[in-house]
Amino acid sequence: MRNFNAFTLAREALRGHKGWGKQWRSPEPKKSYDVIIIGAGGHGLGTAYYLAKEHGITNVAVLEKGWLGGGNTGRNTTIIRSNYLYDESAGLYDHSVKLWETLSEELNYNVMFSQRGVMMLAHNVHDVQSAQRHIHANRLNGVDNEWLTPQQAKDYCPPLSISKSARYPVMGAALQRRGGVARHDAVAWGFARQASAMGVDIIQNCEVISIDRAPSGEVTGVQTTKGPIGAKKVGVVAAGHTSVLMEMAGVRMPLESYPLQALVSEPVKPVFPCVVMSNAVHAYISQSDKGELVIGAGTDSYLSYSQTGSMHILQHTLDAIIELYPMFSRMKMLRTWGGIVDVTPDRSPILAKTPVPNLYVNCGWGTGGFKATPGSANVFAHTIARDEPHKINAGFTLERFRTGRLIDEAAAAAVAH
Amino acid sequence: MSAYRVESHGRIKHHQPVSFTFDGETVEGREGDTVASALLANGKHLMGRSFKYHRPRGAIAAGSEEPNALIGTTRSEGRFEPNTRATVQEIYPGLKTESQNSYPSLKYDIGAINDRLYMLFSAGFYYKTFMWPRSFWDKVYEPFIRRAAGLGVSPTVEDPDHYASRYLHCDILIVGAGPAGIAAALAAGKSGAKVLLADEGAEMGGSVLSEPGVNIDGCSAWNWLEARLDELRGMENVTLMTRTTAIGYYHQNMVGLCQKLTDHLTTLPEGAPRERLWRIRANQVILTQGALEKPLVFHENDRPGVMLAGSAQTYLNRYGVLVGRRPVVVTSHDSAWYAAFDLADAGAEVQAIVDLRDKVQSELSDEATKRGIRVLTSHTVTGTSGRLRIKSIRINPLRGSKAGRAETVNCDALLMSGGWTPSLHLFSHTKGTLRWEDDTKAYLPDQKAEACHIAGAGRGLWGIGKALTDGGEAGVAAATAAGFTTIAEAYPVENDREGTGISLRELPTDRSPGKAKAFIDFQNDVTAKDIRLAVSEGMHSIEHVKRYTTNGMATDQGKMSNMNGLNIAADALGKPQTEVGLTTFRPPYTPTTFGAFAGYHKGSHFEVTRKTPIDDWAEENGAAFEPVALWRRAWYFPKPGEDLHAAVARECRATRESLGIFDASTLGKIEVSGPDAVEFMNRMYTNPWTKLGVSRCRYGLLLGEDGYILDDGVIGRLSDDKFHVTTTTGGAARVLNMMEDYLQTEWPDLKVWLTSTTEQWATIALNGPNARNLLEPFVEGQDMSDEAFPHMSVSQCTVAGFPARLFRISFTGELGFEVNVPARYGRALWENLWEAGQQYDVCPYGTETMHVLRAEKGFIIVGQDTDGTVTPDDAGMSWAVGKKKTDFVGMRSLSRPDIAAPGRKQLVGLLTRDSKTVLDEGAQIVADPKQPKPMKMLGHVTSSYWSETLGRSVALAVVQGGRDRMGDSLYVPMPGKDVEVEVTGTVFYDPENARLKL
Repeated sequence: MRNFNAFTLAREALRGHKGWGKQWRSPEPKKSYDVIIIGAGGHGLGTAYYLAKEHGITNVAVLEKGWLGGGNTGRNTTIIRSNYLYDESAGLYDHSVKLWETLSEELNYNVMFSQRGVMMLAHNVHDVQSAQRHIHANRLNGVDNEWLTPQQAKDYCPPLSISKSARYPVMGAALQRRGGVARHDAVAWGFARQASAMGVDIIQNCEVISIDRAPSGEVTGVQTTKGPIGAKKVGVVAAGHTSVLMEMAGVRMPLESYPLQALVSEPVKPVFPCVVMSNAVHAYISQSDKGELVIGAGTDSYLSYSQTGSMHILQHTLDAIIELYPMFSRMKMLRTWGGIVDVTPDRSPILAKTPVPNLYVNCGWGTGGFKATPGSANVFAHTIARDEPHKINAGFTLERFRTGRLIDEAAAAAVAH
Repeated sequence: MSAYRVESHGRIKHHQPVSFTFDGETVEGREGDTVASALLANGKHLMGRSFKYHRPRGAIAAGSEEPNALIGTTRSEGRFEPNTRATVQEIYPGLKTESQNSYPSLKYDIGAINDRLYMLFSAGFYYKTFMWPRSFWDKVYEPFIRRAAGLGVSPTVEDPDHYASRYLHCDILIVGAGPAGIAAALAAGKSGAKVLLADEGAEMGGSVLSEPGVNIDGCSAWNWLEARLDELRGMENVTLMTRTTAIGYYHQNMVGLCQKLTDHLTTLPEGAPRERLWRIRANQVILTQGALEKPLVFHENDRPGVMLAGSAQTYLNRYGVLVGRRPVVVTSHDSAWYAAFDLADAGAEVQAIVDLRDKVQSELSDEATKRGIRVLTSHTVTGTSGRLRIKSIRINPLRGSKAGRAETVNCDALLMSGGWTPSLHLFSHTKGTLRWEDDTKAYLPDQKAEACHIAGAGRGLWGIGKALTDGGEAGVAAATAAGFTTIAEAYPVENDREGTGISLRELPTDRSPGKAKAFIDFQNDVTAKDIRLAVSEGMHSIEHVKRYTTNGMATDQGKMSNMNGLNIAADALGKPQTEVGLTTFRPPYTPTTFGAFAGYHKGSHFEVTRKTPIDDWAEENGAAFEPVALWRRAWYFPKPGEDLHAAVARECRATRESLGIFDASTLGKIEVSGPDAVEFMNRMYTNPWTKLGVSRCRYGLLLGEDGYILDDGVIGRLSDDKFHVTTTTGGAARVLNMMEDYLQTEWPDLKVWLTSTTEQWATIALNGPNARNLLEPFVEGQDMSDEAFPHMSVSQCTVAGFPARLFRISFTGELGFEVNVPARYGRALWENLWEAGQQYDVCPYGTETMHVLRAEKGFIIVGQDTDGTVTPDDAGMSWAVGKKKTDFVGMRSLSRPDIAAPGRKQLVGLLTRDSKTVLDEGAQIVADPKQPKPMKMLGHVTSSYWSETLGRSVALAVVQGGRDRMGDSLYVPMPGKDVEVEVTGTVFYDPENARLKL
């Protein structure tokens, strides 16, 4: 594998870029592996990477029914933050942010993690209370998050309207300066490149049809469109399609799948310096390195596996954007797309062992999984390698929905009274 | 006029000059011109700079597929738009336009240094560098990249225009008014079906507008067009929309259209919207969007003056513009020959027609010879020259796939054609499948996912004759499918220009292909070598190629680039096109303003503001308001000089000492009635309802399925079969939905009817020792004595002459009543009570005082003291859960092990050791403030106020095992100080409830 740096780039530029080689191999599947990961998104590829890197398990295959990084990894709005309320969430997401901070060097792949700051707006008394609760909890958890007045919010993000006559005037904002965005495709590619170099087989266009189990119950392998593949352990990391796969192993998942849309504007020169989210007005926005405004909002209200959302959701998203940033009314939407998000009853992920021996699951990230990519992959690899969770993901069990020990971040944001 | 304007040609008004500016210079065009056609008529090809290399660029196309000629347009203050396609923007007097992405000027752009370093800036180069040192990414590299990227600049002020949106149902929607679309509309229109024909152009006709020489049905093409459009305009069931782009095709034949209404007008009509977004639900959709011409891919195929041949033909025949006096034509398709003939006939000296193919039809070469045009078949192009406009091209003979010795031919324009590809974007939105057809060398629609029909060039049928026939048939098919009958008329066509061609990758060259700047995606500067590099680096999926190179991600959405990118990727992969596949086309078809999507939902119309019948009074009396869900509620009533705290202290004092009046109309109200009403209530709420007597009230607690508190409110029993249910202000709709959901899906056997009555009743709360004194004289039909009408009673009586539902309840701890009267009497009742209340110094109070008074009594607010993780027991409200009940929503969840486990967070009171310190709501609570981070947090402060009544602060909190910590000291660590608190019960005031019994 060629090292990526300015010198190799310059040398290759002089010789017509003939010497780079492939970023990952495209092998045919072997008969069996120590670990099979189903789903070559960022979380799955990262899991394979950390299995090889930190646990010495390199006889690993990542199976992908389409093309690697083509699911939610390549469809999200790339927001990264860790200012979550509960200890479990703050621990997991902050672990992830710390990995993000060194990920480009670690992978020798520029994932363009840009700590531009994530600002979350408060528009009513209730929002303010909720934001304050987060800020206080974050402070005691050692996670940065600070309160800004409306004018400070405007100074941090000049396009923001803080007009008092707005339908929902800005009453302040919580800012996490360490938050930001990254280049989503690069994360998948960077993990794939390093994992492949360490011996992990990434097998694309290979759909899992069924999961094999021994009479005693444990998982022994999978049947795929490329034939049977044996495995000592199987990790399912398939986002919106996790329920379908887990059903193959007889495990019913507490997941619902919804279409979630995002959109970008035509590229313009730098105008939007940070990430801003608003729950009450309901839209979030940042500007990519290419200059496109990257915008997202809520899910469709019905369940679906179709990666197409409804038009009225886009209308609601953009009326919220114009409410907050009236100057963007004449900007134009360039492209919109949808993904399928898998949502748990408490809106927190499942990163855990399952009732089936040797079967592990990483899912339920809902609308916010991208930010967790390296952290999730890191502790999931630990869980598979040791057959027990890392202390960071110990709370994210499948059983919690039965026992009631929920990690309900959405409920903690509560509702207007 | 300039040497490039041809008075004898075009559909523009040659006698009607129109002036506008481009980069500050006045340009003269004619009515009907686009910015691009007017600039070309003045000999100006240079219109923009490319994204990455900042290469000089001109218009390559004449329509919405244009990737290069992007400009900023300004009509007047605030009406600036970036990235407008000059090929679409119609000119009008006073229009100001400017070029983009260049500094200091379009002609001399410092960014063009990137072009010199183009080998360094290969596909994905940024993934391979800028990683060291780490701190440089945020501070140096990224700001630099960001400044270089982007096209135009964002608007900076609020948009003065407004936008409209509408819905429409129709039987048949036809997208694209070229020959196929018009024929379809004629056939479908005659059936009586409701037809909508939409076209993105300023006028309808499509390819007919560029082919005046064709004869249709015995008359000239343009005469035929005018007659047929007149015929359509005469049909009452047919609607025609121009400047209307179908932007997206959604599930179940929902198509979004964006109609541009004013961007072409000289003066803005008063009050007219700028654009209108249509949401069309059509029984049948006919896609007649035609085809897009493909560029040829060769070294330096991007200089200003290099243009698609079909577009050059359009500039001549629609706009009366010769894009060059001495053009060269390079093609692999017959259609470009016709362009050459049209230009030659209009006076251009066509220098040569270079065809990549070995042979062409003899009719074509004969026609060329007749016009004295040099014909070079089996030749290729290997380069061009000219910095700001093409000056010459390098032409080489082909020996097989090898290029022979080059010859340089001077020219002032290069017209190219790599053949045509159907415009399949909308079809692709539906997830319809495509198939590769080797004959036409194109992807064609295959399996359909929606009730749609594709006709004409959209399914690979070239020429006007075939389009008319096919369109007519599609019109018949769609009408039949929609339940109508009709037949299609035949429109015989003469002098049609069908033509065939071949599809190529990069053209053969005698130079190093590894260094060629052979552009595929012009705007994003993606070259053939970038595609090949991506494949060689392992990007084997076409989606990976797209993302790694950014091919097809420019603002033309791949209209120019996708097919060429696919061909070259397929070749690099050594696979047939069909195995490689196309990337998914995404809506919108062309970039669409945010404003159009937002429509009316802007400013005060962003979301409705719900106001109570007493809202006006509050406003007249100086209330400060707060938004609560969709409502605005009076927050407090400041007197001059008072801030929130002073006003609230006064309002609290007045209410506790004498009388407060409060507008509680926003409380959700649901009427639950029917023979099974009591059973329904038993199943929904945690409390038992069977034994609640008529005219009595009870506090009701509602859980979610998860066992956590979802809502609460006082519920009155009006009769055996009727309950007046109240909910929280924000929860009303959610609770009604939940009730309906259960009623319809779980218990359809129950005879219960639910009616939202929130807006039907105005609710006025009177609280304080003088509440009865004020109210009693107004009440008829109810004995107001404590014995006859005790706390927690409800009565249907008359108050101030208005029919009323009168509740004796209290959310403040004082003697309290809530009077519900029909909303239309709300203000009158309020004013009656207000006037009569003056003797008691009645004080209007707002939500903040309400919050303080209830907190002093330890009453919770759902959503503030609970957060969706609090059970009845956590909130200290086990008393509200019927012990003998066999079921209610959420009951099963309450028996989950972790819900019953010790150590849960419980609602308690907190008193700060320093009585003057008011805690922050949301502040966290710990046992040991000196512990290192991350600290073990025990809970948080949910409500915290200065209590004027008690002369100290009070707070409610949830704390782990809180009820076992009574009297304990805990700490609230704040920045710079730790606040010590004592854990107490939740009731701070009148724990004996003596004041309720007055």
